[in-house]
Amino acid sequence: MNRILLVLMFLLAVVLPAAAQDSYLDALPGLAGGFGSQAEAVERLGASGDPRALPLLRALSEGQLRKRGTTILLPNGSDAATGQPADATDAETVRINNRVRSALRGALGRLQLVSISSDERFAAANSVFRSRSAENIPALEAAISRESVPRVRERQELALAASRLVAPEDAVKRQGIAILGGATSEDSRALLLEARATNPSLAGEIDAAVASIDSRLIYKRAAETLFQGLSLGSVLLLAALGLAITFGVMGVINMAHGEFVMLGAYTTFVVQEACRGIPWLLPWSLPLSVPAAFLVAGLAGAALERGLIRHLYGRPLETLLMTFGVGMILQQAVRLAFGAQNREVLSPAWMQGTLSLPGGILITQNRLWVIVFSLLVLGLALAAIRLTRFGLEMRAVVQNRRTAATMGIRTGRVDALTFAFGSGMAGMAGVALSQIDNVSPNLGTGYIIDSFMVVVFGGVGSLMGTLVGAMGLGVLNKVIEPWAGAVLAKVAVLVIIMLFIQRRPRGLFALKGRAAEA
Amino acid sequence: MSDVTASPAPRGIPLRLLVRGAIIAAIALLALLPVLNQLPAGSAFRVSDFTVAVTGKWICYGVLALAIDLAWGYAGILSLGHGAFFALGGYAMGMHLMRLIGPRGVYGHPILPDFMVFLGYQHLPWYWLGFDHFPFALLMAMLVPGLLAFLVGWLSFRSRITGVYFSIITQAMTYALMLAFFRNDMGFGGNNGFTDFKELLGMPLNTQGARAALFYAALALLTGSLLLCRHIVSTKLGRVLMAVRDAESRVRFLGYSVTAFKLFVFVLSAVLAGLAGALYVPLVGIINPGDFAPGNSIEAVIWVAVGGRGTLIGAILGAFSVNALKTWLTSFAPDLWLFVLGGLFVAVTLLLPHGLVGLFRRPLK
Repeated sequence: MNRILLVLMFLLAVVLPAAAQDSYLDALPGLAGGFGSQAEAVERLGASGDPRALPLLRALSEGQLRKRGTTILLPNGSDAATGQPADATDAETVRINNRVRSALRGALGRLQLVSISSDERFAAANSVFRSRSAENIPALEAAISRESVPRVRERQELALAASRLVAPEDAVKRQGIAILGGATSEDSRALLLEARATNPSLAGEIDAAVASIDSRLIYKRAAETLFQGLSLGSVLLLAALGLAITFGVMGVINMAHGEFVMLGAYTTFVVQEACRGIPWLLPWSLPLSVPAAFLVAGLAGAALERGLIRHLYGRPLETLLMTFGVGMILQQAVRLAFGAQNREVLSPAWMQGTLSLPGGILITQNRLWVIVFSLLVLGLALAAIRLTRFGLEMRAVVQNRRTAATMGIRTGRVDALTFAFGSGMAGMAGVALSQIDNVSPNLGTGYIIDSFMVVVFGGVGSLMGTLVGAMGLGVLNKVIEPWAGAVLAKVAVLVIIMLFIQRRPRGLFALKGRAAEA
Repeated sequence: MSDVTASPAPRGIPLRLLVRGAIIAAIALLALLPVLNQLPAGSAFRVSDFTVAVTGKWICYGVLALAIDLAWGYAGILSLGHGAFFALGGYAMGMHLMRLIGPRGVYGHPILPDFMVFLGYQHLPWYWLGFDHFPFALLMAMLVPGLLAFLVGWLSFRSRITGVYFSIITQAMTYALMLAFFRNDMGFGGNNGFTDFKELLGMPLNTQGARAALFYAALALLTGSLLLCRHIVSTKLGRVLMAVRDAESRVRFLGYSVTAFKLFVFVLSAVLAGLAGALYVPLVGIINPGDFAPGNSIEAVIWVAVGGRGTLIGAILGAFSVNALKTWLTSFAPDLWLFVLGGLFVAVTLLLPHGLVGLFRRPLK
């Protein structure tokens, strides 16, 4: 008995491919006939699963097939049946009409399901999911049994479920509904709702499946909004951290802060261009840019503080105007040096791509890196302030400048270093922003107002307040965005901050004690 | 100008009279420009159309600078959002001018302006109603900036948001308005704004006569505003404002309602800015959301700083001189202008805290 089975299976294995080849050869001449026979031939070629059918049908859809009598000629001039070079005199292009074109679309989708490239198979599963026809069911089932890549397989199963939904038998439809109900995607939900209108008998099951999708979609949307909010928040945090030190701790209002961010982004660009000469260094140009940007922006900050701001201590409004002028000069200088157009900073390979979490949540990796980086920078700032000698001196000068001076602290030097430190953090923010924003001379202007809002919202002089303020504003922005649009969300957030300041004029994390009265 | 800030009069002709004479002479000279514009083309004294148009623009800027100086120089309120009040006044007048185009637009719709036809509007939005009447539009050019200033000022001053915090909030305000006005579905023409105006009060724009009339209206507004501001700062009200500027909490402890005083001067200042914007739009023939850009507001503040804040006449002088420099420089070295403007910010704050007017005066302290 077993032996007979084995023989039968062996026979099947030998005969099936042969039969497939036959159907390829059988169908081929049909392409040379009228539109009706063309469409039929395309259907048969699509069902054949023959590896030669895919390039053939692609050439047909692009209008590159020629015919000579019943012989079909491939674009390279060879006979489609034998693969040998053939006589191409007086060959004419094979023309097709819309009916053939629509048959082609389905056939190509089915053939791509067995393509070698997993990306192509994924795309094919997607197009079959969208075109959904019960005729695709056998091809999909066959493809799923052979599929080894989980991502593609998952997609194919969804496509199969969608195709089953339009099958004539209710039992098959039920199978489809069950699988679609288990997926967490807007597409499946839309498909089910569409099927509900045409299948009143299955309304109960469909409603249950939709409800099940909805309950999971809520979490998915919430998770995605949260991630987008945190991503925006981390950008705000990066831009605002330096400001929290120069404005929050020192009380110096620096309108050129955004331009320091811009300098950091351009430093990244320059480091990348310098690394181009050394190919093995190129993927690491971004990490190299971080200290470089810190130095460039920090030095610019130290020069600004020693050269100009120092003379205006105690006159905040004048400082504001003066630093705005400095920002203008920096912006114009960069515009003249690098041109007004955007400069491209590449993402290294290890930062590209998307991560997919369970539940269908997609996360872009470079945004994830920005979140991680912003937290690292925050940690660095906290450590520098709390753990180092410089941090101790800085806090002493902020609390009581004269007493600190009597204790032997050189307050002028501490001022310069603190300002350089805050500006350097702006430079590091520029490295991160070069990954998600255009590197242009006015990169900084878009962030300066938001950064000030974060510092004021979080509480002046508190780095943890800046963290909470940045993340809070980022998430708030993304929560409002879906129903108000990006611009109105921004306006709404500004209004909310204005109203918030009514209740807590000193921000979320107000300093208490003596420092608050200074 | 005022008794508090003016230096003791030197012997001979009192300085105050000298300054007053110079101001009157300057206004008379300005008033002469449109007349000289009427001279035949060959005449040596003829002033070009361009000069009249540009000077008219500067006069509007002068009113804006005056408004900023009243709030900043006398009450210590540094607004970085006065460009928003200016632009709102401009938009109010722009709406009136758009309504006056009537069926002469490109699409020839009897009621809707071109951009509304283009965006598929069916009827005029409710907030456009009434703008076909000039007095209503003029009222709105004062009322809208005034109300906005009242709202922002009231929310800020009552919770004692002062100094740079207030500056940043006003900057955020104009930034938010800019974003909002860039939207097409706001009903204000999106990023193209309003242009292609035809007429105002029955006179076709883009004629010598209309330009002269608008020029005189602007000059009258400038003179009127200057007199009003002078009156305010020389009365007790002005003294209280200066006291608020110099020691806010002491004034509060003396029993004055600091919030009310600041609110009054801020709203008045916004109304003046709105009127300046309303005259500016028919003069230049266009208004778009770019006028809300934070950079414009801060540039106006630097006019005041250059001229000398807290002097009223200095603000006007600053607006004229900085803009003259801008017009002259951008014609042959546009790349250089931002360096010069940025340099002005730095130089004035560091080296010339009392501005140009301060050069002619003994140091105050």
